[in-house]
Amino acid sequence: MKRQVTGRVRVVLAVAILLCCLASSVVAAPLGQRIVLSNGIVLLVSEKRALPIVTATMSIQAGALLDPPDKPGLANLTAELLRRGTRTRSASQVSEAIEFVGGSLSVEAGHDVTTVSLSVLSRDLDLGLELLADILLHPTFAPEEIQRKVKEVVAAIRRKQEDPGEVSAEAFAALVFPGHPYGRPVEGTEASVAAITRDDLLRFHGAHYRPDGTILAVVGDVSLPDLVRRLEARLSAWRSGRPNFTPPPPPAVLSRPIVRALQRDVTQANINLGHLGVTRDNPDYYAIQVMNYILGGGGIASRLTAKIREEKGWAYDVGSAFIPDKYAGTFSVSLQTKNETAHEAIEAVLAEMRRIREQPVSEAELRDAKAYLTGSFPLRLDTSSKIAGWLAWVEYYNLGLDYVDRYASLINAVTVADIQRVAQRYLHPDRYALAVVADLNKARIKE
Amino acid sequence: MSVRRGCRLGGKGMNWVVGLRALGALGHRPGAPLYRTIALAIGLFLLLGGMASAAGLADRVFETTLANGLKVLLVEEPKAPVVTVQVWYKVGSRNDPVGKSGISHMLEHMMFKGTPTIGPKQFSLTVQRNGGVDNAHTTADYTAYHTHFAADRVMLGLELEADRMAHLSLEEKEFLPERQVVMEERRLRTEDQPANLLGETVQAMAFLAHPYRWPVIGWMSDIEGYTREDLVRHYRTYYTPNNATLIVAGDIKRDDLLPKIRSLFGHIPRGPEPPKVTTVEPPQRGERRLSVKKDAELPLVLAAYHVPNLAHRDTYALDILAYVLGGGESARLHQRVVYEKQLASYAVAEYSSVHVDRHLFWLSAGLLPGKTAEEVEQALSAEVEGLQREPIADRELQKAKNQIESEFIFAQDSVRGLANWLGAYESVAGWRLLAGYLDGIREVTAADVQRVARQYLTPDNRTVGILIPTKPGVTAEGTRG
Repeated sequence: MKRQVTGRVRVVLAVAILLCCLASSVVAAPLGQRIVLSNGIVLLVSEKRALPIVTATMSIQAGALLDPPDKPGLANLTAELLRRGTRTRSASQVSEAIEFVGGSLSVEAGHDVTTVSLSVLSRDLDLGLELLADILLHPTFAPEEIQRKVKEVVAAIRRKQEDPGEVSAEAFAALVFPGHPYGRPVEGTEASVAAITRDDLLRFHGAHYRPDGTILAVVGDVSLPDLVRRLEARLSAWRSGRPNFTPPPPPAVLSRPIVRALQRDVTQANINLGHLGVTRDNPDYYAIQVMNYILGGGGIASRLTAKIREEKGWAYDVGSAFIPDKYAGTFSVSLQTKNETAHEAIEAVLAEMRRIREQPVSEAELRDAKAYLTGSFPLRLDTSSKIAGWLAWVEYYNLGLDYVDRYASLINAVTVADIQRVAQRYLHPDRYALAVVADLNKARIKE
Repeated sequence: MSVRRGCRLGGKGMNWVVGLRALGALGHRPGAPLYRTIALAIGLFLLLGGMASAAGLADRVFETTLANGLKVLLVEEPKAPVVTVQVWYKVGSRNDPVGKSGISHMLEHMMFKGTPTIGPKQFSLTVQRNGGVDNAHTTADYTAYHTHFAADRVMLGLELEADRMAHLSLEEKEFLPERQVVMEERRLRTEDQPANLLGETVQAMAFLAHPYRWPVIGWMSDIEGYTREDLVRHYRTYYTPNNATLIVAGDIKRDDLLPKIRSLFGHIPRGPEPPKVTTVEPPQRGERRLSVKKDAELPLVLAAYHVPNLAHRDTYALDILAYVLGGGESARLHQRVVYEKQLASYAVAEYSSVHVDRHLFWLSAGLLPGKTAEEVEQALSAEVEGLQREPIADRELQKAKNQIESEFIFAQDSVRGLANWLGAYESVAGWRLLAGYLDGIREVTAADVQRVARQYLTPDNRTVGILIPTKPGVTAEGTRG
């Protein structure tokens, strides 16, 4: 509940999108050290002695991508049950042990990976690591715990339906990723979660909770050798042997606009508009990030905010993002506006997408975007959890620990012509997915 | 944060803290999806409500007051090459005139709309051009502006804040669209969010007389009725150096900075003392109950009890009480109501202590399908009664103290965290109250916790609200264009 490092890896990765906005000038020393443990875990450590605390983020390749097609929600339920009882500790003993020392231990499934987050005072690091190892290696998935957790997850799924922004985002993902795991919510559906059996959970845990492919980033009052010793003592019994995984094929590109309009008794239309984006290894990644900053990623500096919020007063929150998940990326614009202005706001979004394709951005816009993206680096890494998330991101996408040093030059190399080129190539104002949750009578969404 | 982090990253909707969702700070700009903004607000409030000082804090904070009354707090914290520049004005929705609820928050929005020196919209653009991020938030009791930079840009942050403290333009052509934006913000945060709507309604019933009864963002018809003159009056009345605190924390040298602060802010004239809020909420004499009906999936139960603020000696025991009830999955509400009885998917407690006047202690629970609000309410009451009947165990008391101390240490991981609670405390009661905070926590006994549970968590002192879901909408599909 408190201080939990944001667990859901899609959030972690999204934050890391900003972390890739790094300039090298301020931080000269390497941020972390990297080592591979005997069982294959990649360990990244950033020693910070200012406070007696340790923050750790572990990414395990056990996300919802690996859900069997007929069992959506299995990865999430597995993750949710890790803390609900081990061979030697009951669910209550796990939470009492970590909370007694004022620490936190949380597990959250994303589409690509599942993230375990640990925060403890450094004097309690042994206890924290012992609990971490115990829930990873020895969860029991007791039948009564499964029953309990299924009820909680079902309630959460239903409560999510109360948030029109969530409903719109979920509908949008389903449009962009039909039949693909990215198009399904991590937590599954009420029916699919209720059908998951203990055998399913044991099988998923046995197959996918493996040290190979696991990344552990640790920041704080601890040294690398000390940490290696503590981890080898607790995790050496954890065996590699990940099953072969064939990434799902990328979904088909849209050939025309498609719309999903959901009726709700709401005052605002919750709008998500976009299409497939790019993965992290796309060579145009940096030009795309600069382009998106100008279009809708740069807050008040962006064209979407200038037009839709500042000039028209149509929305409190409008923006765009390119999210690079592991096997496919997404481009999306999201905004909320009163039902009556939904139609005009959507048209304004499309007009801005067209404009950045058709006309070169100004030198001033490009200069400002670069200045922000490169100059805001120190703010990206001003807490332990941000550094841990950044280290895990850099490792997950194979960017190398020298990425910090390369980033500014990658951004500064982007030209006005690059912006227009990537806008034309990666923005599609003529073939997009649009999800709207609104009072449809007032919103006048054309179908 | 001023730059978006992504659009379709859903939160799970679990562990919502209803009271704080309703009452937490309102930001000027979202920058992040709403749920994350809220999570940050909750984090701040946990920080503020749940913890406070440390040994040596008083030594780390340099305090001075300029001749015009501006309080200045400087903290040298060189562990990261960053700086936060913050100005906290002692004005919030408790100062909003009747019929103008939310005007403090509206003014916060207008503070980004320029001065004769820096044109409309240029404030944040200048910050971002310099690699910084800026934002602001308004609560019932204060309005805070915060700008974060790499440490070498500290002067820019100070210049911008000094300029808008004295010379805000408040032009009609900037005001009119921004009023629409604030109406959209209210729709986003409140109108279409069942939990927040319930929280707003409970708060409105819990306070009969005190301005805490209206929401920070204001009622929709009040927002719609603001005029430019309302804003000018509010700005002139409350945005004076003698009603503000400047905080600079991070990789700074105070001896270098102080003369520059004096030259930038020292010439701003002192204003008249702002009017005091004199209304005192009368004691509650009997339980109040209400329901809110809304398109929703599952009922919520929310109970609010009147309690003292952080300046009262009982604040420490109330903080412990909040942790015993709601401080995680091993806390009583989760253990009994969620885990053992399986009535709710979450059950939490929050103590809203960071207020100038007495505020509320909240219990809330989100029901599991098939359960009734009555049985959940009874289960919450049973936990309160248990605390009134028997003193808590030593280990339970120690756990709450450990959690609070640990939260305090973790809060110092960022200079913003430190500056945030200095600013909040200074704005409601004086930052030095922090210096004795952990000592106050350490002295709490099991008998103290039992006593405050008996004294404050009584049925006659509470307002109970139930969210009653109505029928959800229908679906239509089609293609566009």
